[in-house]
Amino acid sequence: MTEKIITKNWGQEGSHTLDGYRKNGGYQALKKALGMKPQEVLDEVKKSNLRGRGGAGFPTGAKWGFVPKDSPKPTYLAVNADESEPGTFKDRYILEYDPHLMIEGIAITAYALPRCSVAYIYIRGEFKKQAEICQRALDEAYAAGLLGKKVMGSDFSLDVWLVRGAGAYICGEETALLESLEGKKGWPRLKPPFPAVVGLFGAPTIINNVETLASVPSIIEKGAAWYAGLGTEKSGGTRLICLSGAVNRPGVYEISLKTTIRELIFDPELGQGMPDGRSVKAVIPGGSSAPVLSADEIDVALEFEALKNKGTMAGSGGVIVMDDATCMVRCLWRVARFYAEESCGQCTPCREGTPWQTRILRKIEEGRGVKGDVEQLLNVAAAIAPYPPIGLGNTICALGDAAALPTHSFVSRFRAEFDAHIEQKKCPYGDRPWGHFGGGRA
Amino acid sequence: MAEGPFSPEEQQRFDSALAEILTHYPQDRKEAAMMPALRLLQAIKGWLPPDGLALVAQRLGTSKERAYEVATFYVMFHTEKPGKYVVDVCTNLSCSLWGAEKLLQHIERKVGLKAGESNGKYTLRETECLASCGTAPCLQINEEHHESLSPAKVDEIFSRLP
Repeated sequence: MTEKIITKNWGQEGSHTLDGYRKNGGYQALKKALGMKPQEVLDEVKKSNLRGRGGAGFPTGAKWGFVPKDSPKPTYLAVNADESEPGTFKDRYILEYDPHLMIEGIAITAYALPRCSVAYIYIRGEFKKQAEICQRALDEAYAAGLLGKKVMGSDFSLDVWLVRGAGAYICGEETALLESLEGKKGWPRLKPPFPAVVGLFGAPTIINNVETLASVPSIIEKGAAWYAGLGTEKSGGTRLICLSGAVNRPGVYEISLKTTIRELIFDPELGQGMPDGRSVKAVIPGGSSAPVLSADEIDVALEFEALKNKGTMAGSGGVIVMDDATCMVRCLWRVARFYAEESCGQCTPCREGTPWQTRILRKIEEGRGVKGDVEQLLNVAAAIAPYPPIGLGNTICALGDAAALPTHSFVSRFRAEFDAHIEQKKCPYGDRPWGHFGGGRA
Repeated sequence: MAEGPFSPEEQQRFDSALAEILTHYPQDRKEAAMMPALRLLQAIKGWLPPDGLALVAQRLGTSKERAYEVATFYVMFHTEKPGKYVVDVCTNLSCSLWGAEKLLQHIERKVGLKAGESNGKYTLRETECLASCGTAPCLQINEEHHESLSPAKVDEIFSRLP
């Protein structure tokens, strides 16, 4: 049984309130941190092997360490609560069930950073209920002296402001998020300079995901060695996995980083297996941007390094399962449409390439494909971002890679299905392309 | 502001809320408050009328063009007056694997609109992932979230709309 760190309070009455949170030992970690030197807090997080839970998996302590020690400018903390990678729905529940866990993490993080007395939580616009719960939690924390001037009677002060987005996937990209926080459209910035040096309002800025920050209090409370020991050699702790698609029990599960995809799907405590008579055809392991895996590749741990070795990525923890009655062309078409819709329009390969991919895929799925279309599709994808390896995109931000990786990986694993559409001049799945549950709920 | 977008009561609400919002930002960065200011305008007027955009721009010390640029970038901002109910149906991968396409067809028949169309009562849109994939399929009506939907459940939700 995996130790519960992030989800330990979920399901308990009043878990979203300050009273509920304190009943379970809440804000003791902040108290402890305020008795430490900021550098000691940072060192502890470094030693814990905590890695960012937003998608890139970058070591959190190392990121914090990039903030210049001697800058005349303040440091900002920006909390990325713009959860919108398809297949990802974990931060939604942290914000809803245990916002104080994140707020305590914010306070500890801001204390560890040099000159940081303002944090912004950028929450996706569609999370209305979560924003309201989160704002109430912030108000409670202010009233209790856990935020604001002289936090817990110390010399440390911190303001935390909540900002709601308004429906743009790109704003989950950290520099687009900063642009939006500055009151602009979400156009990513060219890096370097990295935000830790030049970020919000031109000042050093650390951007961390909700789950990442919610992991911090337990590291301070129980120590880096304990946290690191829960994970693998290079990734500490537990993590939240979002399981969706063709499984009997979709949901968010806090798992050990040693858990494999197969265990996640079939464990009676987790996904509870596939619907009757169906088997796994394909699994996207880390949000729709992550290269898809075929059924023979799912004995892999849901961990950053292990998935990287398989040519894919742990990403945001969104595991999407497709059963053997599902049309892969239809799935890829829908994924491609998403990136075409969400491309911000700044870089030509992405702005032009993402709708082009979508048009070719539609043509193939609707039975109008001709010989050479798949090659054309791969050419378009490669012009946005070649693969492998991941990360060679021809665009300012990773949305280009995110749009091209599904194409490369779906075609390489399921080429025969694309060819069958073209040869038969129709979708072999007819009007039931979405697999076992594709007819919908009764 | 004799010819502003607001009634006197609305003006007062806008002014006091905006003054509070501006305390969240450095004093020389007023234009950073664009997102919450537009959200405030939309909360009061139901959409972002041109004279409202102009007022926001003026209050934040920036141009009308900047306000319009931001307003048109984000799908939750309405630069045209939407129907009374904005219905956003997610059809992204996890939702479609649980019948979202069929659900959308059901709603299209129900309200007599195709996705992307609008009448006085409804604006029906196909939307992107709402981060509710474990409780697919899902939709939002005026930012209220509904999940684990079946056609019958959708019928019930629509029947309860005021």
